Amino acid sequence: MATTTTTVPSADPVAGSRSFLSRLRDGDEIARLITFLFAASVVLITILLVYELWQGSALPRHQFGFSFFRTSVWDPVFDQFGALPFIYGTLVTSAVALLIAVPLGIGAAIFLAELAPLRLSDTLEFFIDLLAAVPSVIYGLLGIFIIVPLMRRVIQPELKQVLGILPLFKGPAFGLGFLTAGMVLAIMIIPYIISVSREILLSVPRDQREAALALGATRWESTWKVVVPFARAGIIGSIFLALARALGETMAVTMVIGNTPIISASLLSPGDSIASVIASQFKEATGELYTQSLIELGLVLFLLTFILNGLARIMIVVTSKRGSGLGRA
Amino acid sequence: MKRIATILLAGLALGCFVLAQGTLSLTGAGATFPYPMYSKWFDEYHKKNPSLEINYQSIGSGGGIKQITEGTVDFGATDGPMNDDQLKAYQDKHGSGILHFPTVLGAVVPTYNIPGVTASLNFTPEALAGIYLGKVTKWNDPLIADANKGVKLPADDIIVVHRAESSGTTYVWTDYLSKVSEEWKTKVGKAAAVKWPTPTALGGQGNEGVTGTVKNTPDSIGYVELIYAESNKIPYGNVKNAAGVFVKASLAGVTAAAAGAAKVMPDDFRVSITNAPGKDAYPISSFTWLLIPAKFSDAAKRDAIKGFVSWMLTDGQNYAEALSYAKLPKEVVAKEKKALNNIQ
Amino acid sequence: MSARLRWRKFVSAFMLSMTGVCALVAVSVLFLILGYLVFHGGASVSWSFFTRLPAPVGETGGGMANAIVGSAKLLLLATLIGVPIGFFGAIYLAEFSGTTTAFVVRYAADLMNGVPSIVIGIFAYSLAVLPFKHFSTFAGGFALGLMMIPITLRSTEEFLRSVPVSLREGAMALGASKWKTIVTVIVPSAYRGILTTILLAFARVAGETAPLLFTALGNRFWSPGWNQPTASLPVAIYNYAISPYEDWHRQAWAAGLVLLGLILVINIVARGVLARGISVSRS
Repeated sequence: MATTTTTVPSADPVAGSRSFLSRLRDGDEIARLITFLFAASVVLITILLVYELWQGSALPRHQFGFSFFRTSVWDPVFDQFGALPFIYGTLVTSAVALLIAVPLGIGAAIFLAELAPLRLSDTLEFFIDLLAAVPSVIYGLLGIFIIVPLMRRVIQPELKQVLGILPLFKGPAFGLGFLTAGMVLAIMIIPYIISVSREILLSVPRDQREAALALGATRWESTWKVVVPFARAGIIGSIFLALARALGETMAVTMVIGNTPIISASLLSPGDSIASVIASQFKEATGELYTQSLIELGLVLFLLTFILNGLARIMIVVTSKRGSGLGRA
Repeated sequence: MKRIATILLAGLALGCFVLAQGTLSLTGAGATFPYPMYSKWFDEYHKKNPSLEINYQSIGSGGGIKQITEGTVDFGATDGPMNDDQLKAYQDKHGSGILHFPTVLGAVVPTYNIPGVTASLNFTPEALAGIYLGKVTKWNDPLIADANKGVKLPADDIIVVHRAESSGTTYVWTDYLSKVSEEWKTKVGKAAAVKWPTPTALGGQGNEGVTGTVKNTPDSIGYVELIYAESNKIPYGNVKNAAGVFVKASLAGVTAAAAGAAKVMPDDFRVSITNAPGKDAYPISSFTWLLIPAKFSDAAKRDAIKGFVSWMLTDGQNYAEALSYAKLPKEVVAKEKKALNNIQ
Repeated sequence: MSARLRWRKFVSAFMLSMTGVCALVAVSVLFLILGYLVFHGGASVSWSFFTRLPAPVGETGGGMANAIVGSAKLLLLATLIGVPIGFFGAIYLAEFSGTTTAFVVRYAADLMNGVPSIVIGIFAYSLAVLPFKHFSTFAGGFALGLMMIPITLRSTEEFLRSVPVSLREGAMALGASKWKTIVTVIVPSAYRGILTTILLAFARVAGETAPLLFTALGNRFWSPGWNQPTASLPVAIYNYAISPYEDWHRQAWAAGLVLLGLILVINIVARGVLARGISVSRS
């Protein structure tokens, strides 16, 4: 089976075969080495990043230890720094965001995966992907000029009138605050829930649906009681992904949350989140302890998103391994 | 498409190259208090010296102090003078000192947004301290109402607005409150960033942010530099000074507040003129300073900044009053001109 | 039909139409955003917006010319830093690496991808600003470039792997060396996907604000060269939006419209490129 091409001189068995072959091998070796360096740099940068975060927060870690997470005092004058208000703000806004985005997102994903004809589904998915591309600062812009006044003048007073007895809705209607930030976050994370859940649902094998329908289930029952539970792990994974995204959101949150380190039961209260306080105070933090406390907050955020992203990926992999057939036709 | 990209790239590189020729660029950062003044000055100075760009970023006085100490900017700006610890930190880090140069005088005013109230309210020191301590919670509280007979104040909750970040304006405000309220002095203190005692309050980014927040939030009160309240047409109150007179912030009031200090100005120019004596003095006035390193490694930058400060002390002062900042007293100007020689 | 069945059918129809409503709400948000931006920003997108420098505080008539050019420079630098690392790293993963190395590299990339942009800003500040003692376009471009790496790496690897084995084997059979195969066969046949990846990564970092706050800082004038702070569209939007000046608000809307318009156009073009690519390489 001699090779019949003409262009490769290495076919010449006599004259320069070894030298050319070794040159070729060198070529491959060089390519391998160069690309390896680039790939390795990715790992190196990541290690450096974690190292910088760890080293850069050494002072407060030694000084405060774990009480950093239990203290709610953030006092630059007396050098007292506690992360609790910011952790609280981050969690509350993310919780509000999930409460709004999860039902909407899963509902939309069900529609796109189960009901809509493929063309419509793809078109709508296209728009959803575009929504995911809108940058945070634009959401912040809309937040400040459209959503905050709306909240202050219409929605929050309504909420106070109807649900004012609950501690959740006490206090003046600032417009800014946990609720507004949570709502803006919700809009930002919906696309992630929709696109991942849609893919997961589409990957559920056809026979699952058909079996349910054959047993007399309605379309909805087949979807809700069979398909969705089958894809449950993956959908939860998409929620974790969306949550990780919400935790790290900076600009939109800092523009509508009110920038005050407060822990309050009321959703109408202003507050602050980890990402938001770093953005607003990092450039101005005078003194090592102040600066490093902000870096420690960054480390905390990094760890939170790291864990969530890891869990998310595990759950998505688990589901896609389950449903290895085609979805509906 | 590849060709378009190459042309774009070449054009961009050429553009950068061309722009970079001969343009000296200085970067400064700091106080938002004098930002309208500085942006006007640097703009005008650039027109006179097209090859010099002085890029000023208003990130707050704390930012000015931090970045000049880190050495990431060429000069800083603050309305709260650096304290001894901060001066030492700079000295330790750079091996040379940092100099304060006053630029203009400004006023910090209590600005508010009360539905139905357009008048200039009278604020006593007790009222202001009470509001910010969280003890005066409603607009119709006697501490406020008694000084404003004839004005209908609603029984609404007061929404306190403060600076979210480290700020010289906060320094001036808390410096004043510390002088007029013993409780404030012990409980909170004076600094560029404090732990605000009011349980619910809003934070604004920069003077700009506080102004915007007050403008948009009914029943709120905030503290901002005079020009911000004026140019955004939001009402601000009169404050009772040490002589017992309610004074509205004005050029005359600020100049009167500085008059006494001008004669006894320390060599490093760090001085507080809040709650100054005199019946015309506006009690929440302040100098604002440029923070210039005593030693420059780059001669071109040193000469550029010295040139600017000389201009600022003479021609520059003429732009101040149009923006509601008061000119420096002439004794201070003379002293600064001599101090310029300290910049090596 | 029994009553129970009628009820179940009703529930089914109702719930399914509710999901339709959810989808409608989600999609209409996009159009609402665009609508508001066009409504508020459309009028302010003028010639002076694109050509003039910012006016002194409180004065009207300024523009965002320096922010637009600044963003262009930042993104150019980001692409020059992020794309080669992602691209060549992906080649390594797809063509040369063993499974353990590949796992480690991919894990690191996913980690980097999940890092919140504000934390990247902190990292870039300590690496590219502090040691050099100034804020700069370079530091900003570096921060954005870091964010482009993981996206470029993972996506490019996928597209390289998706090149049919037959093409690789054909090249090998013709005696081509590995690197030659990569350069002449594999990369060209995956080029649509790779181009899409680069465009999408570009669009992703075009709107990033947080990392620029501590790196490129800002500039009221033109930024000469690469070593000075520079204005950028997203930071300008942020600063102007939180200010109390009406004129600045209008400019923020206009900038938002320009920025989002740019990002959406790139996204649409990128997906169009990819779609055409898929329909072409049917074999």
